[in-house]
Amino acid sequence: MATLNWQIATVTAVRDETPRVKTLSLLVPGWQSHRPGQHVDIRLTAEDGYQAQRSYSIASAPNEQPVIDLSVERVEDGEVSPFLHDEVVVGDRFEVRGPIGGYFVWDGAATDPLLLVAGGSGVVPLMAMVRHRSHIGAAVPCTLLYSSRTPDDIIYADELARLGGRDDGLRVIHALTRVQAAGWTGYSRRIDMRMLGEVLEGTGRMAQAFVCGPTPLVESVAESLVNIGLAPGQVRTERFGPTGA
Amino acid sequence: MTDQSNQSVELDHEASDYEGADPLTLDANATAGMLMEIFGTEMTVAASRCTHCGNRAQVGSLRAYVHAPGIVLRCSTCTEVVLRIMRRPDGSYLVDARGAAYIRM
Repeated sequence: MATLNWQIATVTAVRDETPRVKTLSLLVPGWQSHRPGQHVDIRLTAEDGYQAQRSYSIASAPNEQPVIDLSVERVEDGEVSPFLHDEVVVGDRFEVRGPIGGYFVWDGAATDPLLLVAGGSGVVPLMAMVRHRSHIGAAVPCTLLYSSRTPDDIIYADELARLGGRDDGLRVIHALTRVQAAGWTGYSRRIDMRMLGEVLEGTGRMAQAFVCGPTPLVESVAESLVNIGLAPGQVRTERFGPTGA
Repeated sequence: MTDQSNQSVELDHEASDYEGADPLTLDANATAGMLMEIFGTEMTVAASRCTHCGNRAQVGSLRAYVHAPGIVLRCSTCTEVVLRIMRRPDGSYLVDARGAAYIRM
């Protein structure tokens, strides 16, 4: 088993995903290939030696290595995310360690249909799974149910529309909780048990579910899925809680 | 290094859409880096058994509370404490595993 060492990552690209989310591409020489769903710890050190450490999910599929993408949501009163948004430019370097975590991963080996449920920036590790599924040409049916507040808050919107339009077994279903565009035909409310039941009709009860987002959303979705009849072992969760930022 | 207990509480903007749950709860997956640091191997897929209720589950499925001075991992079934982890000033860790009947590694 590989040990977990801090490595130097160099920022190779920064791009805006939404008004609140940026993606940083990091070059990590000697990166040990990750599994979709894993995260990295990043560590920033100030000139006075003060250090701050956070975990961020990897958004990119393993085939992009040794470059990994992290999509970071800005939390206004946060300590790390405003720095990553406002200060970091191409060429900057900071420390990362990983890949980390073996529980919340899907690497294409399993054949059960996938139900991915995301709230806000909880879509990030699920996007790594969607991208990997597409890259390896997996035939496993996959449904992404993705809750955002407004159309402008949808991360990876264009790419999801493109991947979802390929007719290769990927369904992308959006729920917009606050603002909907004119002519919106998707869901216009928070994810609830009825919605999950409808989505599962097209997925099957054998689905392996991955749920990622803020803790209250994850609790609500996980409980609903079990009430609908999925076994607890079919539901894997990653609560963002308030530790990000 | 700073441990997570020093972090201020920062709520994700989506969180207020879903009420009723304790927003401070995380999955033990979030502590995977620290667990790997302590045990030297990936721990979130290791099987564990809760001393209190006997539930068998992968460590990654435990509930994590990281905002106290130290980290507490609780059983997802009975909510009792399975593991408690403290970082000492000298950098070493104290692991209280009374709540785990076993962890298979």
